Amino acid sequence: MSLSTIEIERYARHLVIREIGGPGQAKLRAASVLIVGAGGLGSPLIQYLAAAGIGTLGIADDDAVSLSNLQRQVMHGTPEIGEMKTSSAARGVERLNPHVRVRTHGRRITPANARDTISSYDIIADGSDNFDTRYAISDACFYEGKPLVTGALGVFDGSLTTIRAHEHASNGHWNPSYRCLFPAPPPPGAVPACSEAGVLGALAGVVGSLMAIEVIREIVGFGVGLVGRLLMVDARSMRFETIEYSWDERNPLTGSAG
Amino acid sequence: MKLVYFAWVRERIGKAEEEIEVPSGVETIADLVHWLKGRGEEYAYAFEHDKVVRAAIDRRHASLDATVAGAREIAFFPPMTGG
Repeated sequence: MSLSTIEIERYARHLVIREIGGPGQAKLRAASVLIVGAGGLGSPLIQYLAAAGIGTLGIADDDAVSLSNLQRQVMHGTPEIGEMKTSSAARGVERLNPHVRVRTHGRRITPANARDTISSYDIIADGSDNFDTRYAISDACFYEGKPLVTGALGVFDGSLTTIRAHEHASNGHWNPSYRCLFPAPPPPGAVPACSEAGVLGALAGVVGSLMAIEVIREIVGFGVGLVGRLLMVDARSMRFETIEYSWDERNPLTGSAG
Repeated sequence: MKLVYFAWVRERIGKAEEEIEVPSGVETIADLVHWLKGRGEEYAYAFEHDKVVRAAIDRRHASLDATVAGAREIAFFPPMTGG
């Protein structure tokens, strides 16, 4: 189905980009994206993907908006304190772009429900706040054959990468999985959480927006994405560095430890 | 050799990068981490869960048993969990 007159006007600045154009915009409208976590990373992800005209946005979060979230979780505002983040975000999407259909998942994603939750989506963006969910999502994306854009925040730092572990690279090996980079979850308490260590609010906007670019790239197809590369953002000294990584034969999904 | 630290490894050590002379006996990333941990409390704290922190040789992810000979730069980066 072709774009309506109001859609052509709404998406005009994407439609004039040769690498997106009408076909790219149609792909965005046909796509369904699940965003895991409607917090610091989820806020810009939801906002930019809604604005870009993704057809269906799934939003998964089991938490309610609290006052201390608002320093960085700009999808939500003061009136939403106490409301479920999924509900607040769904209303925000409706306000930003009524062409986008929203599905909400108000539960925590675990190894037991991850595959079911992601299976009906085309691509997953993980901005969750804990390792249990990160490993559950990245494993489920492999088993369900879904591309994954995964990002994380520290106090002054962020990182993101794109995973297509269910596919092979041009050298015949598997693409790397999240576990090729970080083989196993750290022991509980080894990595400080935002709630204890703090996080620079605007950094969430940078990293979440970079994740939104990766999602749009995966759907439309332009340039070179972050498969096999971890982009690290150091906001203390404004260093942007990429580390290359590849399939590890010892990984438990597609390697000998499986 | 240049060492580069990211995220909470950098925060714990208190510097973003430094130049070192690789001591004799240090052949692998694991040897290097072991030597760094002996340089002070801040290094011991940064590498307290030494398998959690990942390393890259010349911007390419490397395992703990990778040899450091010939490397210009070794980076250490940890997983992060905030969202």
